[in-house]
Amino acid sequence: MSTKGLDYESLNENVKNTQYAIRGELYLRALELQAQGKEIILTNVGNPHALGQKPITFPRQVVALCQAPFLMDDPNVGVLFPADAIARAKHYLSMTSGGLGAYCNGGGLLGIRKEVAEFIEKRDGYPSDPELIYLTDGASKGVMQILQTIIRGQGDGILVPVPQYPLYSAATSLFGGSLVPYYLEETANWGLDIQNLHQSVSEASAKGITVRAMVIINPGNPTGQCLSESSLKEILQFCNQENLVLLGDEVYQQNVYQEERPFISAKKVLMDMGPPMSKQVQLVSFHSVSKGYWGECGQRGGYFELTNIPPQTIDEIYKIASISLTNCTGQIFLGIMVNPPKPGDISYDGFLRESNAILGSLGKRARIMTKGFNSCRNVVCNSTEGAMYSFPQIRLPPKAVEAAKRAGKVPDVFYCLKLLEATGISTVPGSGFGQKDGVFHLRTTILAAEEDMHGIMASLKKFNDEFMEQYEDTTEAILGLNE
Amino acid sequence: MRRFVANRLVKTAAAASLFSSNKTTTTTTSSTPLLSRFLTSSPPPNPIMPSHSITLDFINPKVIECEYAVRGEIVNLAQKLQQELVDKPGSHPFDEILYCNIGNPQSLNQQPITFFREVLALCDHPAILDKSETQGLFSADSIERAWQILDQIPGRATGAYSHSQGIKGLRDTIAAGIEARDGFPADPNDLFLTDGASPAVHMMMQLLISSKNDGILCPIPQYPLYSASIALHGGTLVPYYLDEATGWGLEISELKRQLEDAKSKGVTVKALVVINPGNPTGQVLAEENQRDIVEFCKAEGLVLLADEVYQENVYVSEKKFHSFKKVSRSMGYGDKDIPLVSFQSVSKGYHGECGKRGGYMEVTGFSPEIREQIYKVASVNLCSNISGQILASLVMSPPKVGDESYESYTAEKDGILSSLARRAKTLEDAFNGLEGITCNKAEGAMYLFPRLHLPEKAIKAAESAKTAPDAFYARRLLNATGIVVVPGSGFRQVPGTWHIRCTILPPEDKIPAIVERLTEFHKGFMNEFRD
Repeated sequence: MSTKGLDYESLNENVKNTQYAIRGELYLRALELQAQGKEIILTNVGNPHALGQKPITFPRQVVALCQAPFLMDDPNVGVLFPADAIARAKHYLSMTSGGLGAYCNGGGLLGIRKEVAEFIEKRDGYPSDPELIYLTDGASKGVMQILQTIIRGQGDGILVPVPQYPLYSAATSLFGGSLVPYYLEETANWGLDIQNLHQSVSEASAKGITVRAMVIINPGNPTGQCLSESSLKEILQFCNQENLVLLGDEVYQQNVYQEERPFISAKKVLMDMGPPMSKQVQLVSFHSVSKGYWGECGQRGGYFELTNIPPQTIDEIYKIASISLTNCTGQIFLGIMVNPPKPGDISYDGFLRESNAILGSLGKRARIMTKGFNSCRNVVCNSTEGAMYSFPQIRLPPKAVEAAKRAGKVPDVFYCLKLLEATGISTVPGSGFGQKDGVFHLRTTILAAEEDMHGIMASLKKFNDEFMEQYEDTTEAILGLNE
Repeated sequence: MRRFVANRLVKTAAAASLFSSNKTTTTTTSSTPLLSRFLTSSPPPNPIMPSHSITLDFINPKVIECEYAVRGEIVNLAQKLQQELVDKPGSHPFDEILYCNIGNPQSLNQQPITFFREVLALCDHPAILDKSETQGLFSADSIERAWQILDQIPGRATGAYSHSQGIKGLRDTIAAGIEARDGFPADPNDLFLTDGASPAVHMMMQLLISSKNDGILCPIPQYPLYSASIALHGGTLVPYYLDEATGWGLEISELKRQLEDAKSKGVTVKALVVINPGNPTGQVLAEENQRDIVEFCKAEGLVLLADEVYQENVYVSEKKFHSFKKVSRSMGYGDKDIPLVSFQSVSKGYHGECGKRGGYMEVTGFSPEIREQIYKVASVNLCSNISGQILASLVMSPPKVGDESYESYTAEKDGILSSLARRAKTLEDAFNGLEGITCNKAEGAMYLFPRLHLPEKAIKAAESAKTAPDAFYARRLLNATGIVVVPGSGFRQVPGTWHIRCTILPPEDKIPAIVERLTEFHKGFMNEFRD
C-alpha cells in the first residue's frame, strides 16, 4: 500500500526525529482509557478551560459581537451586552478591512499591534514600535517562524534550557538544527549558571556547531522559576558576548505566585542596561492569550516583539508572516488582554473580580501541589514560583528502573503510566522535557479545580507511596539510601 | 533560464553575507517595511561584508529563497498610494484604490453568512444561551446548532486546546458533509482541522520533502503558496504547464514529460498538486481528466495533493465540481490504493471567511506510521483555532430544507454566487475587448488571468526599468487607475508570456468604473507602446 511517493523511509528525517511528548504516549494512553469509560484527569497540558476554569466574560462578549455585528443593529442588544463591550466591538471592527472574515495584514491588525505596543511601554517604561510586533496564531507559531528563520542547517545550534517546554526541541529538530542544552540546577531553585552556559557553547563549537540563539522561558515551564533581574542581566551579557539572539518566552508573565521575584521582561532589563547593549543585543519576546489568568488556549492568539533585529531580516520575517496569516478573533482577544477594562468602565468590577479569583486560586493550588508532592515518599518538589506546573522529582528506586527497562519503557514513563492506570491522573513524564541523566520527574499542571485538589494529591500520595514500597529494597529503605 | 530563477540562485549564494549590517541601531520607524526581496523584478542586491557581531543577519537561505507575490511589491505601492490619497486628496487621477489582487471577499463588502456568524457568536459566549432575550436576537436553529456543537466540546470549553486533529464531534460533522457531497464515506480520523488550508499544505510539504532531490509537481500557473512552501522546506518545484489555448487544460502527456525530465535530473517526484477549480486560472477539470490524473498518480506512485478550496465556486453550467476523493472511489480505488490529500477552506466559496482561519485536510491512503508522523507535527502546535474549526463544520453542513434559517441562508448564498458569476463574465468580456489581451473564461474560483500580448516597445521599456513586463504593466495600471492586480510572474507562466491576475471580487456596483478605467488606461498604454 505504501507507494514510492510516501515510503516511510523517504519521509523528511527531520519530521521523524521530532518528538513532542505533551501529546505523546501518556496522552494517547489517557485518551484510550477515557474512551473505555475510565475517569481521567488530564493534567498534561496547560489548558485551563478544559479543567473547568471559566472564560473571562468581557472578551467573550466583545468577540461575540464582532462575530455577529448585525446584533448591534438590534435595539435589544443592550439587554445582553454591556455598553462598553458594544463600544469595544465597534472599536475592533473598525480596525479590520471587513470584519473578522477579512484577511488581516501580514503582521496582524495595526490597531491591535498599537495596543500591544502601548501595553509593553506601560509595563516596561520604554517605547515599543507596533511595526516590530507580529501577531501570530498562538506564541508557538511565532516561535516556529523565528526558529525557521534562524536555522540554516545542522551546523546551527539553539541553546535550550533543560528541562524545557518541548516546543523548542521539536521546532529545532523540525527545522534541522542542533539542540544545545544548558542545565537548570534543581537544587538551586532551577537557577542557571553562566559558567555552565559558556561551557555548553564551547562544547558545541568543538563539535562544529555555531550557537545562534538562546531560549529562556520566564516564568519557567515546566520548572516554574521566575528569573531575577540580575540573572536576566547576566543572560543578556552572555548573549552579547557570544553573539546570540535571545528568545524570551514570556507567556506566563501574568502567572507569578510569590513576591521576591516579580516578572520583569527581558526587554526592560536590556533597555535598563543602556547603550551599547540596549542597541545591539538581538531579542525576540513572546507572549500569548493562552496562559495568564485568561487561559484562552483555543483562540490561538499571541505575538512576538523584535528588538535590534536588522531591517532586511525583518523583511524576511514579514514575508513569511504574509504567507500564512493569523486569525482575527485571536488578535482581538490579544487586544483586550493587553488593554483590559479600566476603573470606571462598566465591566471593570466584574473583570477584576474574575481575574483576581483565578489568579488567587492558581497561587493556592500551586502551594497545595508543592506541599502535597513533598509529603510523598521519595519525592522532592521545588515550589512553583510562576507558570502553571509542578515538576516534582521522583526518586525511583533501582528496582523500579529495572522493571521499567524490562517493560521496554523509560523509567519516568513507566511510573507515569502506572500512575495513570491506578488513579486516572494523566501527567507528562519528565523525559519529555529533558532532565539530567538518571534523575526523573513528572510534570503536572496546577489547573485541576481547587475543590478537587486535595483529593488528587491524596490519590497521588497513595499511589506513590505504594509504588515506592513495592519497588524499594527494604535494606535500602531502612538506611535511607534511595538513589 | 528564466530571470527570477537566476535571481534566486544569486540570492541563495549571497545569502550568508547578505544581511549583515555595520549599523547598530536597527529599529525601523517607516510604516511600510522594505520589500526588496518580494518580486522577480528586483535586481540582485550587492553582497555586504559580514560584521561579526550580529547573528540574525545570517538567516535560513530557504526563507530568503521563498517568494510570495500576492502581497508583494505592487501591493506595497498600493498601500503607499492609499495613504497619499488620505494625506493629499486629489494627488492622483483616482480617488480610491481598488484591490483586485487577493481573494479576500469580505474586505470588499461581501457579507458573511448570517447563520454561520450567529452560531459562532453563541459558541464564543455560551453564557447567553440560557437567557430568554437571546431567543429574540438569534434564530432558533442557530441556538440549537450552538447547543449541539457545545455538547461536542468537553466542558463546553471553546477556549480550551482541542484534540490536535480538531474536535471529534466537528470532524464527525465534516465527515458526514463529505459523504453527503460525494456519496462515499469519510472517516473523521482522516481529518486534520487547520488554521486555514495553507498550514495543512505546509505540513504535507514538510513531511514529503527531505532535500532538494525531492520534487513536487505543480501546475503553472500556480497559487504561489506552493512554490513558497516548497522553497521553504528545501524541495524542488517540478512545473507542469497548463495549456492556455485549451482553456488551461491539464494534459497527462505534459505531466509525464515533466516527470521524466525531473527524474533525469536526479529529482524524485513525490507528489502532484492539482488546484481544482484552478487558481489563478479558474478552470474546472472535466471528470474524465480527473480520472486520468488519478491513474497517473497511481501508476507513478505519487501522492495526489488536491487543493479544492474553490469547490463551491463554479460559474458555468456545463461543468461541475467533483472531488478527487469521489472520482477515485468511483473508479474503485479505495483507501489502500492511492494516497490522496484533499484540502478545503472556509476562506473561499460563498462564505469568504478568510480572517477566521478555518480549513482541513482529509488524508486517505497513508500507512499508520505516516499518519502518526502527521499527527505528531500537528500536535506541536497543539491545535487550530476553535472558532475556525466550528466554522469549517458549519460550511460542510449548512442549514437544510426545513430549518428556520434555510431560506435566508439560501438567499444569501445564491445572491453571492450569482453575483460572482456575473462579475466573472463582465470582467472577462472587458478584458477580451481590449487590444492585445486575451482572457480565458473563469469557470470557477475567484480570478481572471488575462494574457497580455505586449508590443515589443513595452517589453523593452520594462527591461530598461529592470522590471518584468507584466509587473511594468501592473505598476502603470495602478498608478493610472488605482486598480491593484498581481503580475503573472508571481504565479509563473510559460516563459515569454505575460499575464496579470485580477480578482472578480470588487463590489458589483464598482465593476463598471473598473471596466471604464481599465479600458481607458489600456488604450493609452497601447497608444504609447504600439509597435
